[in-house]
Amino acid sequence: MQRIGVFVCWCGSNIAATVDVNAVTETLAKEPGVVYATNYQYMCSESGQNLIKDAIRDQKLTGVVICSCSPRMHEATFRKAAASAGLNPYLVEIANIREQCSWIHKNKEEATEKAIILGRTAIAKVQLNAPLIAGESPVVKRALVIGGGIAGIQTALDIAEAGFEVDIVEKKPTVGGKMTQIDKTFPTLDCSACILTPKMVEVAQNDNIKIYSYSEVEAVKGFVGNFTVSIRKKARYVKEDICTGCGLCTEKCPQKNVPNEFNLGLDTRRAIYIPFAQAVPKVATIDPNYCTKLNTGKCGVCEKICTAGAIDYTQKDEIVEQQYGAIVVATGYNPIKLDNFEEYAYSQSPDVVTSLEFERLMNAAGPTGGVLLRPSDKTHPHTIVFVQCVGSRDVSGCGKPYCSKICCMYTAKHAMLCREKYPDTEVYVFYIDVRTPGKNFDEFYRRAVEEYNVHYIKGMVGKVAPSGGKLKVQASDLLNNEQLHIDADMVVLAAAIEPDKSARPLATMLTASMDTNDFFTEAHPKLRPVESPTAGIYLSGCCQGPKDIPETVSQASACAAKVIGLLAKDKLTCNPCVAHSDELMCNGCSSCANVCPYGAITYVEKEFRQPDRTMLVRRVASVNPAVCQGCGACTVACPSGAMDLFGFSNKQIMAEVDAICK
Amino acid sequence: MQEAMKARAKELLADGSVNRVAGWKIGEFSYDITPAIFETAEEIDRDFVYDDFCGANLSKYLISQSRKEGKILVFLKPCDSYSFAQLLKEHRIIRENVYIIGIECYGKADINKIREKGIDGVLGIKESGSSFVIDSIYGEATVPKMDVYAERCLVCKSKKHAVYDELIGEEGDVVPSSRFDKVAELEAMTPDERFEFWRGELSRCIRCNACRNVCPACSCENCVFDNPNSGIANKAAADSFEENMFHIIRAFHVAGRCTDCGECSRVCPQNIPLHLLNRKFIKDINEFYGEYQAGENPDEKAPLTNFTFDDCEPSIVYKRGGNQ
Repeated sequence: MQRIGVFVCWCGSNIAATVDVNAVTETLAKEPGVVYATNYQYMCSESGQNLIKDAIRDQKLTGVVICSCSPRMHEATFRKAAASAGLNPYLVEIANIREQCSWIHKNKEEATEKAIILGRTAIAKVQLNAPLIAGESPVVKRALVIGGGIAGIQTALDIAEAGFEVDIVEKKPTVGGKMTQIDKTFPTLDCSACILTPKMVEVAQNDNIKIYSYSEVEAVKGFVGNFTVSIRKKARYVKEDICTGCGLCTEKCPQKNVPNEFNLGLDTRRAIYIPFAQAVPKVATIDPNYCTKLNTGKCGVCEKICTAGAIDYTQKDEIVEQQYGAIVVATGYNPIKLDNFEEYAYSQSPDVVTSLEFERLMNAAGPTGGVLLRPSDKTHPHTIVFVQCVGSRDVSGCGKPYCSKICCMYTAKHAMLCREKYPDTEVYVFYIDVRTPGKNFDEFYRRAVEEYNVHYIKGMVGKVAPSGGKLKVQASDLLNNEQLHIDADMVVLAAAIEPDKSARPLATMLTASMDTNDFFTEAHPKLRPVESPTAGIYLSGCCQGPKDIPETVSQASACAAKVIGLLAKDKLTCNPCVAHSDELMCNGCSSCANVCPYGAITYVEKEFRQPDRTMLVRRVASVNPAVCQGCGACTVACPSGAMDLFGFSNKQIMAEVDAICK
Repeated sequence: MQEAMKARAKELLADGSVNRVAGWKIGEFSYDITPAIFETAEEIDRDFVYDDFCGANLSKYLISQSRKEGKILVFLKPCDSYSFAQLLKEHRIIRENVYIIGIECYGKADINKIREKGIDGVLGIKESGSSFVIDSIYGEATVPKMDVYAERCLVCKSKKHAVYDELIGEEGDVVPSSRFDKVAELEAMTPDERFEFWRGELSRCIRCNACRNVCPACSCENCVFDNPNSGIANKAAADSFEENMFHIIRAFHVAGRCTDCGECSRVCPQNIPLHLLNRKFIKDINEFYGEYQAGENPDEKAPLTNFTFDDCEPSIVYKRGGNQ
């Protein structure tokens, strides 16, 4: 006979204000199998836990139901408390009457009724709970960082510094990410490359770090502590270990008209290229879309010119399989496409540029050698209009509903740099709000306005019309309530930023969750900001939300700390709530193995005695409990109901449904 | 056709290539053809039948037969071969122990349609051009084939075999089929009308389990309806609707694996159009995940147990009016 104890938590007023905890306790006390029911102000407190422990001992409880907050908060607390009182921790069930009840209801009567139903459901389930013993699994002491921008670099360096091996997978031919394209950094105006390249070199030189450049993650299997990742090393048609990075080939290649993505298409490069001078690894890459040799079979100039003999036109993509204990996502961001913002004439005039393009136009390694010239006629612009929030904070559906966070500051920087280098330039900034919450950020913005006389105008630009070599800008000044017409030479658009397109398929591979904007969701927005809800997956940089460099680096280091914490462990306690197959019911049809995301299911030929006493060999499923993560996909796919989950058996779930529908 | 099949079966038995033959023989009545296993040439000579009443799909019998000693010869019509291939994919049949002779098929007669023509006491059936000549205790009657072909044959999806070792007769092609027309008609109904339609049909069910027992996809070692642990076996129905759920549960269990062989409706003694439930699933799968024919391609991943980035989101249920 079951002896179940019910413990109803008030959570201060969080639950008690909306749910009549006494009524819940009294009603649940009458449920079959319940021998003890009580309520307490804070069940998670030391005294609350003691209440549970004492009741387990005194009442000889065989099952415990705690009506409290989400199991994600205190399930571990209560399981430990039960274990210390001698009850198997998996005989504890939580009824979530806070997040799923008191917090979302106003009417006390209804909320109380629902709390009773939720409690009854947990009682129905705990009646069928079985004691479970958790196993252990080893931790592979190597981390994978996906993305080699500043976020990935910092995380990798910190993990490597702690003595663990780290691999960086970067889809571009070089690490460095967006920061390599940025000219100066706010609020100190130091040169971006000057602070980034030492870190890139450090990554290249660190013995614990291996860089897979020009590579992408192809498939991910496994689970926390033991991921198996397939990495596709794309063919660069250059032998990485032989190429010296002399760059001779990139000068002699006859295919000159390839848009240079490093300079955002503002100039051209050759079909064989090294993205920029400080690239890591400094190895040439052949662009298969433009290479004449690869497309027509004729040419071969680079092969002839290469003294090292590094060119290999027959190179194929290579798949490398590697084990990791932890995976860090650092896939970064991109500016949005501006197709929905035709009013700014981005596609009509080359003198309308995005802020990132503007960075290249100001940069010494950029297409103009650091001299600010209009892309159209290479003349010096005298009037520049900056438009803020192009696609940010946009609820019309054309852009993004969120604030891109970095635009206010980099626009202040651009405006300031223009005025500094070219005092004869008039600079206008159109803004909705200027947001400067950061150390020395507001001071920086004030300097732009006060010392550099940048014209900050609250209002939006309605239209940009190219006309006679000028850009006619129509805008409204909301503070003075007037319409403005400015004849500008250049217009710079602060395009919203969005997560890299590779993030969503990657999230699917990792079974990591994302929000509606394709930013990865963190395990807890405040308390676990660098972990994904999927164990073993960590988040670094803009893949989690828009961030500037200081914030990205802080988060990257925080992320590394979490990874180090995991890799420092030798063994992880497994979740005993795993699947198992009833061999007498199993058809051996492979449905479960087809849906298992972890590859936990194998098949064995086994002999069974038939009703007529003859023996028959059948193919049956067998679950590896160390690999199974208890997702339950197999239990649903199994046509015969042979697959079941410990702790969440089909019977338990049906009992819960019955209790709710009673 | 029948003689060619018999001759080849005896030949294969004689040279020891196979030990048994799966075919058909006459059951209680001449139109009531039953699957049968033959072990000797004498048995074949005496009982083996192949005529226009041989609708029964032999695939399912291979699950147990292929596990026995020796090799078995089986005759598969195109639609049967899909069921066979699907079972093969599910590792239910041991392929090495089966020798398949694919046989051509242009449609089988439906005894109910013959009876609707006023022909009773049927003794036999013969082909004659585009007609069947039906012999009965009241004499011979001639009916156009199209009038008495089974529904599943009128909307045949393929005259091409999914799998075979040798062929008797001509191999056909996958043919265009209007098999989803009736499903579309049901979809066009209001939810209330549809509910009434199915209540009307399913309320006739006597739970004889014939549909389950004949279905090649319903071949679990231990069916949930027979498993005391499932909570639904031998359960007294709480209301008249609960009994109807049997068919809905069954349709879910075979979803994505049903090849639309139509055996469920053929054997139903209450003439419930059970195949429509399965076809609804097939139609939905085609629309949600792209055209998919269970059993057609042994290497293809089944859409319901596979994930691709193009898969529809669950919200499609609401977009298609599932929240009504």
